[in-house]
Amino acid sequence: MQPKPTLLKILDIVSIIVLAISTYLALFFAPTEQVMGQVQRVFYFHIGTAWVGLLGFVLAAVSGIVYLVTKDMKWDRFELALVEVSAMFFFLTIVLGSIWARPAWNTWWTWDPRLTTAAVTELIYIAYFMLRQGIEDPEKRARFGAVYTLLGGISAPITFMVIRLFRSIHPVVVGAANANQDKLSMTPDMKTAFFFALFAFTIIFVDFVWHRVRLGALEEKVEQLKLKVSM
Amino acid sequence: MDTPDTSTYMIAGFVISFVTMGIYVLSLYIRNRNLNQDVETLESLDEKPSKK
Repeated sequence: MQPKPTLLKILDIVSIIVLAISTYLALFFAPTEQVMGQVQRVFYFHIGTAWVGLLGFVLAAVSGIVYLVTKDMKWDRFELALVEVSAMFFFLTIVLGSIWARPAWNTWWTWDPRLTTAAVTELIYIAYFMLRQGIEDPEKRARFGAVYTLLGGISAPITFMVIRLFRSIHPVVVGAANANQDKLSMTPDMKTAFFFALFAFTIIFVDFVWHRVRLGALEEKVEQLKLKVSM
Repeated sequence: MDTPDTSTYMIAGFVISFVTMGIYVLSLYIRNRNLNQDVETLESLDEKPSKK
């Protein structure tokens, strides 16, 4: 068994600390939003998870390209780790958005452009795991994964941009919908909680991806040993 | 304008966030433990013929 690197141990502890601080800032530090009330506090986690989710899908596409160029399996492991962790965080984004929508829009779900593209993105990556599992040959599987994440990666910028391109009930948080609006319509305390949540989820994301990459290396070792033993 | 009481939704949101991340961490731990057991078993199987 490979010992856990010291840096990863430190990252584990830092992740727990930043998550605790981010929760404190969201629950107690940030002021209560006047129109939506307490539920608005989930917004900090909603944005944090959305940021790492979409970032991971884009990085997985980049990782896929690097694999196709180098044919080095470590990029396939990295890509798989990115997709798995991002899919988990993006699932959380959708669930938190739905919880927020219920009191704000009086519905759990609506087929708004943002919600639709987000759901499609998540489904694309759920299908990725199902299709990947069906391929026995590791090289074929890696090649398929690389091409799939490359094409699937397009859905991430589309999801981000859709509320800026089409009429949507989903609020535009980052970047004003028009030139007369503030870039971030939040109080200074809200901005602190917001930016810290982005930072915290980035740290947690790196930690989870690192753990998943190590797991991927172990999976590869088991596959190789199975081949060796069966021969 | 009165601020609505939406604390139940807020609690649900945070609980789901922590439970989801907790389940993911648990799944990483379980998969890691099972794979390590597989490595041990396979390595012992691999060593056996060479001892003959």
